[in-house]
Amino acid sequence: MKTETKIEKEAEEVLNKILKKQKPSMKFPIRSLSNVKYDPKHGFFELKGQKKERTLTVSTIKTFAQTLRMMALSKEVIRKNDIATKREAYYISKNWEAAKFDEQPESDAVMDDIEAMFAVNREQLGFVAGEKGGGLVAGDLKVIDIDSETKKPIEIDCTQFGSGAYSIPSIIEHFNFKTSAKFILVIETIGMFERLNKHKYWRNAKCILIGMGGVPTRSTRRFIRKLSDAKNIPVYVFTDGDPYGYFSIYRTLKVGSGNAAHINEYFCVPKAKFIGITPQDIIDFKLPSHKLKEVDNKKIKDVLKNDPFLKENKEWEKALKQLEKMGVRAEQQALAKWGLNYVIDKYLPKKLADKKSWLP
Amino acid sequence: MTQTKLIDIKKKDNNVKIKAEELAKELRSVSVSEFFEKNRHLLGYDNLTKALLTVIKEAVDNSIDACEEANIPADINVKIEKLKTNKFKVIVEDNGPGIVKEHIPAVFASLLYGSKFHRLRQSRGIQGIGISSAVLYAQLTTGKSTKIVSKISPKRPAHFYALHINTLKNEPEIVSEKEVSWKKDHGTKVELELEANYQKGSRSVDQYLKQAAIVNPHVKITYTNPENKKFIFPRTTKDLPVEPKEIKPHPYGIELGVLIRMLKMSKHKKLKSFLTKEFSRVSPKIAEEILKLAQLDPTTISSEVSRDEAEKLLNAIKDTKIRNPPLDCLSPIGSDLLKKSLRKEMDVDFCEAITRPPSVYRGFPFLVEAAICYGGELEQEKSVKLQRFANKVPLLYQQAACATTKAISGTKWNSYGLSQSRGSLPVGPALIVVHIASVWVPFTSESKEAIAPYPEIEKEIRLALQECGRKLGSFIRKKKKAVQEEQKKEYITTFLPHIMIGLKDILDLNESKEKRIEKNLKEILEKSRK
Repeated sequence: MKTETKIEKEAEEVLNKILKKQKPSMKFPIRSLSNVKYDPKHGFFELKGQKKERTLTVSTIKTFAQTLRMMALSKEVIRKNDIATKREAYYISKNWEAAKFDEQPESDAVMDDIEAMFAVNREQLGFVAGEKGGGLVAGDLKVIDIDSETKKPIEIDCTQFGSGAYSIPSIIEHFNFKTSAKFILVIETIGMFERLNKHKYWRNAKCILIGMGGVPTRSTRRFIRKLSDAKNIPVYVFTDGDPYGYFSIYRTLKVGSGNAAHINEYFCVPKAKFIGITPQDIIDFKLPSHKLKEVDNKKIKDVLKNDPFLKENKEWEKALKQLEKMGVRAEQQALAKWGLNYVIDKYLPKKLADKKSWLP
Repeated sequence: MTQTKLIDIKKKDNNVKIKAEELAKELRSVSVSEFFEKNRHLLGYDNLTKALLTVIKEAVDNSIDACEEANIPADINVKIEKLKTNKFKVIVEDNGPGIVKEHIPAVFASLLYGSKFHRLRQSRGIQGIGISSAVLYAQLTTGKSTKIVSKISPKRPAHFYALHINTLKNEPEIVSEKEVSWKKDHGTKVELELEANYQKGSRSVDQYLKQAAIVNPHVKITYTNPENKKFIFPRTTKDLPVEPKEIKPHPYGIELGVLIRMLKMSKHKKLKSFLTKEFSRVSPKIAEEILKLAQLDPTTISSEVSRDEAEKLLNAIKDTKIRNPPLDCLSPIGSDLLKKSLRKEMDVDFCEAITRPPSVYRGFPFLVEAAICYGGELEQEKSVKLQRFANKVPLLYQQAACATTKAISGTKWNSYGLSQSRGSLPVGPALIVVHIASVWVPFTSESKEAIAPYPEIEKEIRLALQECGRKLGSFIRKKKKAVQEEQKKEYITTFLPHIMIGLKDILDLNESKEKRIEKNLKEILEKSRK
């Protein structure tokens, strides 16, 4: 069903209830870790089906009106074949007088609710994130895009950006790929990405480098998924050795998040493997480390208690407990202690060759 | 050796004797006036601000008491004049029955002289210390005598006295006296000069007189403050309050010392008749029961009862079941008058008052009245204001030590619509009034500022507060509901159009359908409770 039709159908349901003098209501899946389950066979966080109901009453009337108006905005954007960033949508609401959003997180939340209600992704509603830049790509890859004016395919060669890189846009569904790379190396920090790119690590290693710059955006996740599926190549992830790198970045990339569980199926990379930096690496490579911060310890406790992914992965549980016991964290760039190119010459070759040093 | 020692001791003995004789020469009885000269804080003269209040309080209390006893609707005139820094002249004038010439010096210039101490009757002053202490204070701080004019009948002349107190002898010293003409039919006027300080606020003379007017709705007070500003607190009613009746003490309230004194002084010779005649609620049968329990002969001569026997008697009294004292001896303000009076003095949205039935503590009858005012001119977001009264006299000091404060803090106000953190006064735009009437109000000190927290008294206060509180609670709830109803309507008017816009943007609606939806939506929303 087209998104436009879904919007119309929902509005009609509301309308019919009102005509029958009944309170209209809309149902949304609850977007949180508590409402997702993880089955390794499926490979991503799935909704368990708990829903919250927004029934129209005096106390919900504002949000109810905002939800309807946001749906109307989405329909308009789709019909005009346009896109609006989340921030633009927020500014458009400033015309809605009393129904306007005061802060962007409010309009984002309503947008996410609508996404989840229709089980579509933001882009299908005509909205894009638009704030943070997408991931950076370099290496043995040709992205086949379509020129927005000529409507003809264009080939983008990711080896031709010099010390720069190709930036993944918000909408990538129409992409095709050409590559002979053996694997994709996904990197947490742009600093590390640039080091590897500068020394053309991708040429000798025969790989594609993708820099995430923190938690990957949805389109970065989708890009990696589409590319790895289309060309059937493995995905290796290289982050800092801390709870944030493991469970905010790696886990989100691999199985998705609680907040966007309705779209995880397409925005996850189940085949991703973690190649570093593991707690054992901190010991084995004698890496300089910092004490775990309060937020780190809190994150560890929270993950051990609530994360469905961890429960299915005893190795991660072991690693996390090891880190907690060590009480330290280490950054990717700590490898520079052994020389600037130690990561290229020693660390990555050693890790890639030793599957036992990976985490699932 | 031993001998010298003996002699030493003898010498010492002699010395001690001689010293004791010397000391004995210095010993003499300390007069009551002298004692209070040194302990004036006990009577409410701790500082200059409080002194001004105490002097006025004593004079006004006496005036109201006198008028009530003579069944005269009181008309009281209070004037404070500033003479120089910290020097004030206070004039209090009433239309009371006046005082017979011979008694004037003793009434005003002898401590513990009065008509009220030896009886049990609800009245403002009791100990007979009040006005004389004011005279004494004036004398101590300015050296000036107190001037009194009193007249008892239109047919008789008025008498003028200027008085001092001889503090050693606790006797009046007449500085001058004469007959004067006074246009009043009867009444008394006191004029004192004293060291004092005039301040406004919650413990000021202004506040005292305002509160006194509230709980004495039959009294008219005219007040001129040191800034020469005149306030008139008119009567709310012309009816005088029911005259409180004098009662005999109830056996349960008696203490050993008092019992011994009564036994010695009684004109009823035999023990049995002593019990039945000197106390209330002791029938011949009850008297026999007490005496049997105390193993005392009913024919024992009262004045010959020993201390040990008196103690036995007291214990027997405690173990005998005796009916409560008569309760019709009290004179409450009355809930309707209290309400009317409060409404007259302040602009509030809600006012409720209650008079509790009389009860008993330690054999003394008492009753509690309470009132709560809410909203209007009262301040939001602060602790509630509290006005405390004992026998219709405002209590302005020692709030924290008072039984009323304890009872208010111990009441759960949250369910009555006022916020309150545990164990403290509630917060909100409210005034709580508590009045205790008794033949003997148990004050925590001689300056009569706080009521001692007897459990029976606290319980009655709490019950009165709860009764008013319940009514306040339902008033606040109704008010809140009305406000919410209003907000709800406003909310619907604000956001309903946006639901319409949303639906119209998504679906095609014709005009008649649109009108129907709008009408239905309004109906649905107004019915929804949340």
